[in-house]
Amino acid sequence: MTLNSLPILSILIWTPIIGGIWALIAGDRQEQTVKYFSFAVSVITFIFSVILYCQFDPSYAGMQFIEESDWIKAFDIKYHLGVDGIALPLIMLTSFTTILVILAAWDVIEKHISYYMCAFLILTGLMNGVFVALDAILFYVYWEAMLIPMFLIIGIWGGPNRVYATIKFFLYTFLGSVFMLVAFLYLYSQANSFNIEALHDVPLTLTAQKYIFVAFFLAFAVKIPMWPVHTWLPDAHVEAPTGGSVILAAIMLKMGGYGFLRFSLPITPDASLFFDDMMIVLSLIAIVYIGFVALVQEDMKKLIAYSSISHMGFVTLGFFIPFSIVAASGSSSGAIMGMEGAMMQMISHGFISAAMFLCVGVMYDRMHSRMIKDYGGVVNSMPYFAAFMMLFAMANAGLPGTSGFVGEFLVILSSFEASFWIAFTAAMTLILGAAYTLWMYKRVVFGDVTKESVAELKDINGREAFILFLLAVVVLTFGIWPAPIFEVMHVTVEQLIEHVLQSKIL
Amino acid sequence: MNADLIIALPEITLLTLACLVLLVDAFSKDPLHLLTYWTTQASLLAVLTLVLYYFPDNAQIAFNGSFVSDSMSAILKAFMCGITFVVFLYSHEYLKEHKSLKGEYFVLGLFAVLGMMIMASAYSLLSVYLGLELLSLSLYAMVAMQRDSKTAPEAAMKYFVLGAIASGMLLYGISMIYGLTGSLDLLTIAERINVDDTNHMYLVYGMIFLIIGIAFKLGAAPFHMWVPDVYQGAPTSVTLFISTAPKLAAFAMAMRVLVDGLMPLVSDWQSILMILAVLSMATGNIIAIAQTNMKRMLAYSTIAHVGFLFLGLIAGTTSGFSGSMFYIISYALMSMGAFGMIILLGRNGFEADMLDDFKGLSERSPWFAFVMLCIMFSMAGVPPFLGFWSKWFVLKELVASGFVELAAIAVLFSIIGAYYYLRIIKLMYFDKPDSMTAIKSSKQMRFVLSVNGIAILALGLAPNVLMSLCLVALAG
Repeated sequence: MTLNSLPILSILIWTPIIGGIWALIAGDRQEQTVKYFSFAVSVITFIFSVILYCQFDPSYAGMQFIEESDWIKAFDIKYHLGVDGIALPLIMLTSFTTILVILAAWDVIEKHISYYMCAFLILTGLMNGVFVALDAILFYVYWEAMLIPMFLIIGIWGGPNRVYATIKFFLYTFLGSVFMLVAFLYLYSQANSFNIEALHDVPLTLTAQKYIFVAFFLAFAVKIPMWPVHTWLPDAHVEAPTGGSVILAAIMLKMGGYGFLRFSLPITPDASLFFDDMMIVLSLIAIVYIGFVALVQEDMKKLIAYSSISHMGFVTLGFFIPFSIVAASGSSSGAIMGMEGAMMQMISHGFISAAMFLCVGVMYDRMHSRMIKDYGGVVNSMPYFAAFMMLFAMANAGLPGTSGFVGEFLVILSSFEASFWIAFTAAMTLILGAAYTLWMYKRVVFGDVTKESVAELKDINGREAFILFLLAVVVLTFGIWPAPIFEVMHVTVEQLIEHVLQSKIL
Repeated sequence: MNADLIIALPEITLLTLACLVLLVDAFSKDPLHLLTYWTTQASLLAVLTLVLYYFPDNAQIAFNGSFVSDSMSAILKAFMCGITFVVFLYSHEYLKEHKSLKGEYFVLGLFAVLGMMIMASAYSLLSVYLGLELLSLSLYAMVAMQRDSKTAPEAAMKYFVLGAIASGMLLYGISMIYGLTGSLDLLTIAERINVDDTNHMYLVYGMIFLIIGIAFKLGAAPFHMWVPDVYQGAPTSVTLFISTAPKLAAFAMAMRVLVDGLMPLVSDWQSILMILAVLSMATGNIIAIAQTNMKRMLAYSTIAHVGFLFLGLIAGTTSGFSGSMFYIISYALMSMGAFGMIILLGRNGFEADMLDDFKGLSERSPWFAFVMLCIMFSMAGVPPFLGFWSKWFVLKELVASGFVELAAIAVLFSIIGAYYYLRIIKLMYFDKPDSMTAIKSSKQMRFVLSVNGIAILALGLAPNVLMSLCLVALAG
């Protein structure tokens, strides 16, 4: 069997799931075996995603590596997978992050390590499934099934208020998703197919599009999350174990963005145009208002959670600004730039937020506190750590040279073509982001050591250094040379914009 | 042999075997009633084999049009026998543990199954009624069997009185329909209404009473008052029985009466069922949140599920009915597992029917906590479990028939419902156990319950077989 004939997308989904089940069966008694095994599985998955990247043809806009077979024949539901330039970077991100999460859990998780590994591996498989599913029902199954491991992760290994947080997380996202299901069922009654690409082409009346858009909006806006349906995120982030926060921030939020690109925009382009202003305003509120909210947080994880929401505001802004750009300038080149910037922002935020949460995790493992006031002068006892965290804090603030800058810059640049004031408001994040991140950094890392516990902190060990080093490399690489990401998605985004700008009113 | 007798062969065999079991039990001195138990199980398997062996290719009508054997009835009967087999297996364990093992339990159970099978095959209002009464009377007696219990006789009394009222309503409805169409035969009724609809209002009037009867048997709001009390008061083994196979029979009754008989009045019963469905989903899901008793919580969850079941009927299309059939079969499987878990956790005559009994189950028994997790997520309708597909199926048919708003209301209630299912998972996985006593129960109980849980997951991953079966059942 040659490499080309491998069902590589299925492998990406099922390797971690089967590995996870094995880890569960092996049980807590074989702790070391389970850890090494899970690590191996995550690395293998990542290697396959790299193979996928290498074989991907960036000049082709449509779906590649298509796998299709019957699942539920009676209703024409297929096990239909494929990947395009939008999904590919997200798959890479997922597989990469899983390695970090498993490494981060190594000595930290004491309770039921095999359950923990199992939950994360299965979660990885399901998340990959979300990004490659080309059948709406298959997508929905992955999308919802994903909630189960996350629910357990927060609930079993989370902080003191974990039950509240995890039930809120589950019900909130479930609430959004079920309306998406109704929308899929309605679309099926129109298109007689659950094939996502077929749904892209089905003509719909404007009224129908509006309802469908709202249903999708509920699902994706909750997930990404947009203001004002973001309130589950700070709770979930704060209570989740470090690994859970990392996955939540790095990947789960991106699914909301992915959903907008895969469903909302292409299936309901006219409704997207109709709701364009609303989306832009909500994005700007997220960017500015949530930025201020982040400023006053006393809990580091909460602060990063709010900063995530604020950064996601850029993503939704970039996705919905194209209509205004085309309306204002008449050309779609700015629109493409905005959308690519938003995509870049998703990827980069995946790395940076993961890194920030891991940094907090490193401190939390030592001090068992997330409160900023319990720290101060960490640099004195943990100089290497402080250096890494410095880099990530700068990236979070959007410093040029880090990946955080690229996406934000492109989105702001493109929104100038739509309106000066949109760009101006969005650009406030450069100040706010720097303010809340660096102020937190200053209070935690610099200053005099006032607490004995801080003075006794041990610097990061080899494993932690390795994780942070990997992330630092990625953040800097994509900050200086983001071309690999743009290359794979450019053609797909171009085609998407073209599709979205065409009305499909019945 | 007479052709009519062949068509009704499974029922006739079951009746004979049930009498045989009664005799066997009368002469058996075994305190464990093992012989009775195994004859009962063998009878069910024999009937199951007969049902499958004589699987009808097309509808065969017998006894002057009052009895029909078609693929829907055959599939439902097969599931009734299979489900009752498992129910008896769980029950035997439970009754042994609670030292209340009586041979009559199994005899009554077999008669109840006979009643269900007749309901599934009933093609005239009279045979519907006969089957229903046979089923109900057996169930009343089964609920009351624990004479010394404080709650069981009360539950039985409530069940009996309310059941009698519902039967009276049903009979009244039947008499109205008979008076207007001059027939009890469901096909003839449908024909005559099609030809002559001048008495429309009176027909609807009669139909309402029929629907009340059906709603009562299914436990739909606002005719649900008996459900929580009976579920909680009855011995768990009986609750388990009531909540599984008889639901299939009640579904069959709804299909026979509303679809085979009153299809010309579809737009009228659609709107009535709509009210019942929304009320049931609301009552069931909201009140279930406040429960601390597991059996009572599951009772309210049943009410909510019945609301969902109605959605498929409301769709008013053949595939919508298939959706409902799929729903009720899945529900029976899930309910069987859930009550099976309660039986599994109970020991030495102690009932583990409070929510707190599930605390920390993941520490006590990781495997059965996982089984319960599958059942609960399935009931909440989360993929990839079976319960998701059953909701998906009825919602899809509902949307296809243009009831998008109703579908939106339904999913909204299912979110409210998700809360109390999640709470069980929270108790099992996030809380510490009160005691670490190991779960002790027989190997067969463990095995069957495990298979039950796995089946819910496996059917969720590959629902196509069961779906096609339900589609075929109603296509003919």
